[in-house]
Amino acid sequence: MTTAKTKTPATKRKGTTRQGAAPFASYAPGGFFCAMSDEQAETDPVVRRIRSRLLRMSARKLRRRAADAEAELYNLGITFTVYSQERQIDRILPFDIVPRVINREDWRRIETGVTQRVAAMNAFLHDIYHGGKILKDGVVPRDLVVGNANYRPEMKGVDVPHGTYVHICGTDIVRDDEGRFLVLEDNGRCPSGVSYVLENRHLMMRSFPDLMEGIPVRKVENYGHRLRQALLEIAPPRRRTPQIALLSPGVYNSAYFEHVFLAREMGVPLVEGGDLFVDEDRVFMKTTAGPERVDVIYRRIDDDFLDPKAFRRDSKLGVPGLFQAYRKGNVTLANAVGTGVADDKAVYAYMPRIIRYYLDQEPILSNVDTHICREKEGLAYTLDNLDKLVVKPVGEAGGYGVVIGPCASKAELAELRRQLRADPENYISQPMIRLSVAPTLIGDRIEPRHIDLRPFAVTGRRTWVLPGGLTRVALPRGSLVVNSSQGGGSKDTWVLE
Amino acid sequence: MSSLLSRFAENAYWMARYVERAENVARILDVNETFARDSSGTSDWLPVLQLNSDEERFFKRHKRASANEVLHFYVADAANPTSVVSAVRMARENARSIRHIVSTEMWVQLNVFHNRLMRLKRTDYMPGNLSRACDAIKEACQTHAGVVEGTLYRDQALRFAYLGRYLERADQSSRLIDIAYRRVLSRSDDGIGPIDSGEWNSVLRLASGYHAFRRTHPGDTTPQNVAAFLMFDRRFPRSMAACVQGVDFNLKRLHSEFGLRISPPLRAILRELSAHVRRRAASRLFDDADLHGSMDEFQKTLISCDTRLGIDYFGQEAGEG
Repeated sequence: MTTAKTKTPATKRKGTTRQGAAPFASYAPGGFFCAMSDEQAETDPVVRRIRSRLLRMSARKLRRRAADAEAELYNLGITFTVYSQERQIDRILPFDIVPRVINREDWRRIETGVTQRVAAMNAFLHDIYHGGKILKDGVVPRDLVVGNANYRPEMKGVDVPHGTYVHICGTDIVRDDEGRFLVLEDNGRCPSGVSYVLENRHLMMRSFPDLMEGIPVRKVENYGHRLRQALLEIAPPRRRTPQIALLSPGVYNSAYFEHVFLAREMGVPLVEGGDLFVDEDRVFMKTTAGPERVDVIYRRIDDDFLDPKAFRRDSKLGVPGLFQAYRKGNVTLANAVGTGVADDKAVYAYMPRIIRYYLDQEPILSNVDTHICREKEGLAYTLDNLDKLVVKPVGEAGGYGVVIGPCASKAELAELRRQLRADPENYISQPMIRLSVAPTLIGDRIEPRHIDLRPFAVTGRRTWVLPGGLTRVALPRGSLVVNSSQGGGSKDTWVLE
Repeated sequence: MSSLLSRFAENAYWMARYVERAENVARILDVNETFARDSSGTSDWLPVLQLNSDEERFFKRHKRASANEVLHFYVADAANPTSVVSAVRMARENARSIRHIVSTEMWVQLNVFHNRLMRLKRTDYMPGNLSRACDAIKEACQTHAGVVEGTLYRDQALRFAYLGRYLERADQSSRLIDIAYRRVLSRSDDGIGPIDSGEWNSVLRLASGYHAFRRTHPGDTTPQNVAAFLMFDRRFPRSMAACVQGVDFNLKRLHSEFGLRISPPLRAILRELSAHVRRRAASRLFDDADLHGSMDEFQKTLISCDTRLGIDYFGQEAGEG
C-alpha cells in the first residue's frame, strides 16, 4: 500500500483517477442554453461549488452511485407496472443523478408567474360557470369554452370554497435559447409527478450527501403538510376536524405509487370508489366499525369517471351520487369539477389575455408564441410558415396529431395545409423551441440532454408553490420528448435559497 | 386516524395470510422431501397435491407427479395460485393496497422478497437445493413477521394482520399434522408404528418444535405425544391451540380497543374453534384412527371464521365469495 501511494502522488494531487478524467470536465452544452454553463453560472458561487464537486467525481463513482439509486428505487417499489400476457414487469422511472439547479432569481420568477396563472385560471373558471363576463366581452370566444368537451354545464352556479377550482396545478415550463422561461402547458385537472420530486430528493440525500453538503437547497419535504392544510381550508364549514380522503382509481393506475405516497404524507385514507357511498347527499366511507363521514376528497379520477349518475354511466371507479353531494356543498372535491376547460390547448393560447383581463397585470411567465388558427392573422401566418412551425390540434392530448413542420414531408405539409383550411378552429401553431439542456449522466459520460420543469402549486385560500418541481429529461440523444413512456427520466431539482 | 377502511382491514388480513401461506408451502415441501428421501428411493410427491386438493389442476397440465414438476408447481409457477411465488405476489399486492398504512420497511422487505423469487431458476429449488430454497423462503416470511412486529403501528391494521396470520397458521398446522399422520399410517402395516422411524422428529423439526418438544417431553416421544403437542400446547407458537388463542385474543383487542362489535355468529365460531383444540388424552388420540377427519372439521371451522370476518368487518354480503 505504501509503495502504491508513493508511486502515484502526482495523479492524486490533480484530482484524477486511474479511470481517467471526471466526465463533467468534458461536458459541453452543444449550442443549447444550459443553466450550469451560462455566464450567470460562472459567477454564482453556489453553482461553481457544485460544478467543482462534480469535476472531482470519476465516471466509476458516478456510475456506482447511479446504480445504487436505481436499486433503491426498485426495492422501494417506486415503479410503474407494465402488463403483458401473464407477465408483470416493474419499471422504474429513470433517475438521473446530476441535479438541476435553479437560482433564487429564476425561482422567484417561476413562483410568482405560476401563482399569477393559477389566480387567473380560478378567476376564469368562476366567471365561465357564473356570469360569463369574459365571453360577453369577447375576450375568449364563447364556443371555444361552452363547446369544449371539458366544460361542465353542471357546474353553472355552483360556488366553491374561496373561489378555488384548481387546488393542485402543475405548470409545464421550458427554457428557450436565451434562457427565457416559457409556459408550455397548464395542468389543472389531476397533475401527477409531485411524488417524484420528493422521492428524488430523498434519493439524492442518500446517494449524494457529499454533493449536497453545505449547499443551501430549499426543502421540499413539507408538500404533504401544505396540501393537507389547503384541503382543510376548503372543507365544508360544519365540522371541527374534517375527514379528508384521497380517491384513487386503484392499484392498476400508473400513478398509484403517487396516490399511496400522498395519502401517507397527509395521513389520510387512500380510498377507491367502492369504499365510498352517498346517503342523503352526504358522503361516507365504509370502515370496520361502520360508515364514517367524509368532508374533502382529493380525487385522482377524471371528471368523467367521478359519478356514474352525473357523468359517464359506465364508470366503475366513481361514487354514485357524489356530484349531487358536491353541488350541495356537503363535500369538497379537489380539484373542482370542470377545470379541464382552463388547461385546454386552445384556451391556453388565450392565457395571456385572460391574465390581463382578470388581474390587470402583464403575464410574468410568457406563453410559447401561439398562433390561433381560428383567428385570421394566426391562420395566415401559420400557412405561410408551415415548414418552420409546430402545429397542434387543440382537442387532442398527449402529443397526438402534432405535426413538426421542419421534420414533415412535403406531402404531410400539403395534407396539413388542407386540414388547416378546412377546419382552422381545431389548430394552433407554435415555433420550434430549442429546449434548454442540463448535464446528464449517459453511460460513462456527462452529456447535454433536453429538460423541462413542472412546478406544483397548491391553493386553498392562497397559493403556495413547492420550491422545486419535477425536472424531466429526455434521455435519448437529441430527443425533445420528456415523457416517461418515450425514454424520459427525471432529476432532482435544487432551488437555491 | 382511529378508524380503518373495511378494504384495508381485509388487505392487512390477506397480506399476513399469504405470507404465512408461503411459509407453510415451504414447510410442507420440505417435510415431504424428507420423507421422500427416507423411502426406498422413489420420491412420492402425490400426497402434497392431495393435501392441497390440487390434483385436478396439476394433472391437467402434467402427466405425472415428478419431483421436478411438483416442485416447480409449488415454488415458482406463477400460474398456480397455491405456489409460493403466487402467495408472495398476493401478499405484496395486498401490501401495495395499504402501502400508506404499512411501514416502508415492511413494503421494501416484501417487495425485495418477491423480486428475489421472480429471479429463481429451476435448479435453485430442485431436490438437493430444495431445502436451502425452503429455508430462504421461511426466513423471508419470518423476517416479514419480525418487521411487522417491530415497525407496524399497533392499531386495527395490525390486529387484522394477526388474525390473518393465525387463521392461516392454524389451517396449515393442521395440514402438516395430517400429512405426517397419513404418511406414517400408509407406511406401517398395523396402524401406528413405533417411533424409531424418526419421521415424527422430522415433523417436529419442520414445525420448528423439535427443541421445545424435547424440553417438555424428555424421553417420551410417541407419535401421539407429538400430535398432541402440535395440536394442544398453547405455549408452542405453531400449535393449533396457540393459533386459536391468537385469533381469539386479537378479536377481543379489536373489540376492547377499537370498539368493534363481535357478532353472535362469530362468537359461536370462536367457541367451536376452542372446542377443537381442547386438550384430550394423547394416548387415545389415534384410537379411532380418524385424526384426518378431525383435522378436516377444524379446517372447515376456520373457513367459516374467515367468511364471518368478511361479513362482519370487510363489508362483504352474507353468501358472497
